[in-house]
Order: sequence, then C-alpha cells, then structure tokens
Amino acid sequence: MFKRKSIYKTPNKPKGWKKTMMPYLMVSPYIIHFIVFVAFPVLFSLVLTFHEWNIISPMKFKGFNNYIKMFNDRMFWKAIVNTLQFLVIHIPLQLIFALALAEFLNQKIRFKGFFRAAFFLPVIVSGVVVTMLWQQLFGFDTGLFNRILVSVGLDRVGWLVDPDIAMTSIAIMATWKNVGLYVILFLVGLQTVPAHYYEAASIEGASHWQKFRRITLPMINPTIFMVVILSTIGGFSLFIEPYIMTGGGPLNSTLSSVLYIYKQAFQYYHMGYSVTLGFFFAMLILAVVAIQKKYLETDI
Amino acid sequence: MKKKIAIYTLLITASLTFLYPFFWMIVTSLSPEKEIGGLVALPTQFTWDNYIQMFSKIPIGRAFFNSIFTALMTTSGVILFCSMVGYALAKMNFRGRNLIFYVIIFTMTLPFQITLIPNYITMVKLNLVDTYAALVIPFLLNSFAILMFRQAFKTIPDALIDAARVDGCSEPRIIFQILFPNIVPTIVTVGILTFMNSWNEVLWPLIVIRNEDMMTMPQMVTLFSVGGRAEAQIGVKLAAAVVLALPIMIAYSFFQKYFIQSMASSGVKE
Repeated sequence: MFKRKSIYKTPNKPKGWKKTMMPYLMVSPYIIHFIVFVAFPVLFSLVLTFHEWNIISPMKFKGFNNYIKMFNDRMFWKAIVNTLQFLVIHIPLQLIFALALAEFLNQKIRFKGFFRAAFFLPVIVSGVVVTMLWQQLFGFDTGLFNRILVSVGLDRVGWLVDPDIAMTSIAIMATWKNVGLYVILFLVGLQTVPAHYYEAASIEGASHWQKFRRITLPMINPTIFMVVILSTIGGFSLFIEPYIMTGGGPLNSTLSSVLYIYKQAFQYYHMGYSVTLGFFFAMLILAVVAIQKKYLETDI
Repeated sequence: MKKKIAIYTLLITASLTFLYPFFWMIVTSLSPEKEIGGLVALPTQFTWDNYIQMFSKIPIGRAFFNSIFTALMTTSGVILFCSMVGYALAKMNFRGRNLIFYVIIFTMTLPFQITLIPNYITMVKLNLVDTYAALVIPFLLNSFAILMFRQAFKTIPDALIDAARVDGCSEPRIIFQILFPNIVPTIVTVGILTFMNSWNEVLWPLIVIRNEDMMTMPQMVTLFSVGGRAEAQIGVKLAAAVVLALPIMIAYSFFQKYFIQSMASSGVKE
C-alpha cells in the first residue's frame, strides 16, 4: 500500500505552479466577493459617515456632523426605543410559546410530523404574505380580531392605529411567524437531555415542574441563548412588517431601525446620514449580542 | 389519559392557529368582494374575479418569472462557488487558509445594516441597478453555505480524494463528479435555504430595482399592497399574496422534512 502510493502519487499530481495556485483559484470567488460586498462597504461607510452625499453631486466633508445630528435626532432614538419595545415583548413570548410547544411535541404522541409541519408553515412563507394577512386580521373595523372581540361584547382594539399598541401587535405577529423555527430548535435541544436524568429524578420523587426547572432548563440553556440572540438580530432587522402595515406610524411608534435607514436613504437621499445610522445600529447589535452572551451563558 | 387529551387539544388548537389564517387567505381570495368579512366564511360562490383583476393590474407573470430566474441563478451559483470554497478549506493545504476561515466566521457575525447602503451605492456605480445581476451577484457567496460544505467535505475520507488524484482527476472534477454524490443532503439543505431566501427576499429588490419589468414577486406584491393600485380591495390584495405564497407552500408540502431540517441547521450554525 505504502509503496504503491509512493510510486503513483507523485508523478500524477498536478505539479508546480498549477498545484500551488489551485486552492487560491478555488477560493478567489469568495475573496473577490468579500472585498466588493463586505470589506469595501465597511471601509467606505466609515468614510461616508464624515460626509454629506446624495449620490449625484460630489461628496462634501462635514466632520462629525452626521454623528452630532444622529444623537440629536429624536426619530433615531425613537427607532431604538421601538426596537427595544419590540424585543421586550417578542423574546419572552417566543421563548414561552416555543418551549411549551416543544415540550408537548416531545411527549409520546401521534401525528408529531403533522403538528411540526403546521407550526413551521409560517416560517417558510414570505414575510410579505404574513404581513398582508395579519393586516387584515388586525383591521380596526373589519379585522377578524375585532370582530371576535365585538361578538363577545368587548371593545374594539386599535391594533395598528393606537400608537401604544401597534408595536406590540407587530411583535405578536413576528412571534407567530417565527415560533415554529424555535420549536424545532428546542425539540433538538430537549432530545439531547439524557433520559436517565429524568428517571433518577422520578425515583427521588421530583414533580414535573421540578424536573423541568432543575433538569430541562439548565440542559437547554444553549438553545435558549441561541433563540434570544436570533430574536434580537431579527428585531433589529424588522423592516417589511412596518413598511407594509403602518409605514412606521402611527406617530412613528413602529418606525424600526432598518425602516429609518431606508427612509433616510431613499426618501431624502441622505446617503452619508443613513450610512451613519447603519454603522451605529450594526455596532449596537454587536454590543447587545455581546452583553447577552456574557450574561446568558454564565447565568442559570 | 386525561393528560393525553389535554396535550392533543392544545396541539390541535395551536396547529389551527398556524393553519387557519392561510386557509382564510385562500378562501377569501376566491370570494366575491361583497362577501368578504365573515368569521368562518365559506363563501356561497367561488370566483376567480380577484385573480383576474390582479393579473390585469400588475405584471405578476413577469414578476413570477423574474423571481424564479433570480432564485434559480442564485441557488446554482451558491452551490457551485460555495462548494469550491468549502472544499478548498476542508481538503487542501495552502497559506492563508486559516485566515480565510476566520474572515468567513467574522463576516457571518457582521450585521447587514452596515453594508446595506454602501452595497446599493456599489450597484449604482457599477450601473447594475435594474438588472438581474444586482439581484443575483451579491448573494452568490455566503458564510453559512461555505461552512456547511466545508463540514460535509471534512467527513469524506482523504483516501477517496487521493485515489481520484492518482487517476488524474482535476480538482473541480473531484468535487462535482466524485464528491457531490456523497454530500447530497448538504447540497439539498443549502439549495432549499438559498432558494427560499432568494424567493422571499424583499428589502434588497426594493432598493436596487425600480423598473416594473425587473421587479421580483415579493417586491411587486408589496408595492401593490402599499400603493393605491389595489384600491383597498382585500380580495385582490390577498390574491396577490396567495400567488406569492403558493410556490413555496407547494415545495414545502413535498419536501417538508428537508425544509425543517435545513432551517434548523441554519439556526444551530448561527
């Protein structure tokens, strides 16, 4: 075996220049793509944050103007507060429902595949469809939810027209859309918990809740962490939902960070300023994720 | 027994919560406008009216083609390019390999908000606004697909590759002819995810496409819904939503397992 290898391998391998260049040739698409769509934009946006530019006329150097403008921009702070409001509602809802559904699915039951597929359907359908659908459900006069409320004798809720409620409505919709994915992730997590842990606990006389609290939760901590991170990134990426449903209103209560970047860039053509916003939001996301990482991974 | 019944009741209620709105959407899109609004709402008569109106108002056929074309180009490009990069990272030794690997990991954590507007500017400067290239090229390579392929190629024994090299196989032939049949699940996973993401992508098309003839389905349906052209007719709007949802739902009904596995693996990796 060894001899055969030594005889045949060397003469037939691609030699010299061609051999050393081959791997670089194969990764070159990635390198080009990285330079054009990642490295250059990041550096360029750093430069742009110090300029005023509408793409057409030449760039004007403005020093820290964009940053000063950003910190004094009430809309910008509003967008951050809105995102935080979204996350505060969305993340707990997501965790509770996903974990509960996963726990039920993890029992010995029939039609597991059907239930899983049903929960997952909104995940694969376009956010545009989900938003248009929920826009009808949330409608003030004719929406399904208000019809139900009225039929049981309650008052209509201004799901999308009341500035105090609109972001909550969007957070509920986002939970409905994404929860199926997290159910699957939790199911994977739950199946990694060794069955004999539960058996041992049963022998000791532990209740269902105790087992869940003391065995399940600590064991699936990595999944919880992942769900929180993914939901956070999702929250900061919120765009099409407010774009279709509310346009950021009422009273800018659903203006999301990406929607604000989009508006600055394509309604007002403030390229320098919108890039500054994008840059700052990206840093903010990285910081929030880093903080979550620090606390969630060490806790519990 | 009691517990079982409770669990089934909960699970069935939950499934209805996820399925009923889609059912309602399809039924409503087939109902005459004046009958829309009931709770349970099986209309007394089915009509294609909403669809006919929608087709006459927007070039949805053209948008359908644009979306399919974009998604297919992107998917084949991702499989071609990302598998090559993944292979090089997994099975070849060269200077800078680790550096590239770390760059890929870093790129994965970089929020897209930072590159969104600069990438639009690049498209403007390259004269690619309103072209298929603008819809496809930025998505041809992504960290996730590369890492998936790298992982898959790592599990293949070196002996197989060495044997192929001894026989004088070129590296691209090794990848596409000899190794691809061994990593079909990875190709399917990457393919489904890429196709689905491309089909559902809406922010990027809204930014780089202005010409109606070049618009993708989600973009067209969004602008139809937001703009005044649907004239607040719910049935017509929902007909557009159904046409946008249907291809993925049909694909999902056939490859349901793969969809779920693919998405789950993408979550685990991020």
